[in-house]
Amino acid sequence: MSEEKSGGCCAPQSAKASPCCGGGSPSKDGLRYEETFLDGQVETPAGAVPRVHSRVGRRDLVGRWKMRWGIGRDRYRVAPGLYALGAPGADAPVLVTANYKLTFDVVRRDAAGLDAWILVLDTLGVNVWCAAGEGTFGTGEVIRRVTEARLAEVVSHRTIILPQLGAPGVAAHEVRKGCGFSVVYGPVRARDIRSFLEAGRKASPAMRSVDFPTMDRLVLTPVEITGLLRPAGWAAAVLFLLAGVGPGIFSLGAAWERGFAAVAVLAAGILAGAVVTPVLLPWLPGRAFSVKGGLAGGALGACAAMWERGALDSPTTLALLLAMTAVSSFVAMNFTGATPFTSPSGVEKEMRRALPVQAALTVVAGLLWVGGAFLH
Amino acid sequence: MDGFRYIDGVATVRLDDAACTGCGMCEEVCPHGVYAVADGKARILDRDACMECGACAMNCPAQAISVNPGVGCAAAILNGWISGSKPSCGCGG
Repeated sequence: MSEEKSGGCCAPQSAKASPCCGGGSPSKDGLRYEETFLDGQVETPAGAVPRVHSRVGRRDLVGRWKMRWGIGRDRYRVAPGLYALGAPGADAPVLVTANYKLTFDVVRRDAAGLDAWILVLDTLGVNVWCAAGEGTFGTGEVIRRVTEARLAEVVSHRTIILPQLGAPGVAAHEVRKGCGFSVVYGPVRARDIRSFLEAGRKASPAMRSVDFPTMDRLVLTPVEITGLLRPAGWAAAVLFLLAGVGPGIFSLGAAWERGFAAVAVLAAGILAGAVVTPVLLPWLPGRAFSVKGGLAGGALGACAAMWERGALDSPTTLALLLAMTAVSSFVAMNFTGATPFTSPSGVEKEMRRALPVQAALTVVAGLLWVGGAFLH
Repeated sequence: MDGFRYIDGVATVRLDDAACTGCGMCEEVCPHGVYAVADGKARILDRDACMECGACAMNCPAQAISVNPGVGCAAAILNGWISGSKPSCGCGG
């Protein structure tokens, strides 16, 4: 089932330039995690199937923490194929999931106590929802894995249970045509899988709908920040250069002092957009993320300006306000990729309106700030 | 998804009434309760809740649903504009 229901496509995958998906190669190398979850094997008519246990240990938790910070994300995969949980027989349910280890860990943890087969697709180490959007959690891959695992010999029924958030990539009727197995879409969240099975494979409306509680938003913020480190580094370099510009052509002392202040403003803007806005998302006014982020950045900027009111002249104060609004607005807009409710048409409409405003605010802030240096 | 509404009036999802067989797959796969099936036909109840994930169109055996699916992600759309191609999160997969 899907763990990353709150992982929009671009949110969680890589700390590098590509915010999504990470690796592009089939999952063969770098599968070094088996010893944390393997627990013997189960004999079947189609051969031995590795068995997994439901315990999530310290190494799994350390791995999860690293993923949240975007460390080594491209390699956090399990080998695709069929696994046994508990002591499944020929009539045990088959749960299909992705080979992102974070997702796999949640499935084996939340399915604890069940006797089930877990069929892991090769989604290149990407969570169910993103992989479905990419097509790697897709019709073809389901058919391929079902066939390769000789599932028809392992189980006597002809039903596989897919996480509901895999549906954008999988055509249930095509899977049936392709391998003879009927697809039943299970709940959105792995933690509902047991109730789903107990209810006779019926998902309640609550199990069918995605939500986005504060904790889910919060765990996505570190990777938002690590993803911004590189562009923020470039922006900081430019700020230090501009900070030196003044009446004396270029001053190293000014570059250091004013540059440091400007980078602090940049960092505060990023925090406002990448942490404050996601956490306060339901309470910030407006629908557009750029508006929510702009308001959060502006409000924090106003607090900072009040705090430093003795030390700042008016052009600098205005520059600080505008810059924090612009940076936070832009950064918050990127969080659309991490949410499970923003439509691409909506994001595009928002960007066409917001980007010119953000650019204009940035230019005006820059002019005020650099211009301000000449006033003294 | 109480408390979370995104921009109204933009979703591209369309349902062809004549082609719909009322099988209910759209209602089953939609994570935002956009559809309801009654009297043998699906209806779009809440178009503005649609996030254009494409699950309904993908799983409609009658091909009665069309939607322009994609990722609702600013970075992806920006990548698409810069590279002049389809919005993508910058992954090869």
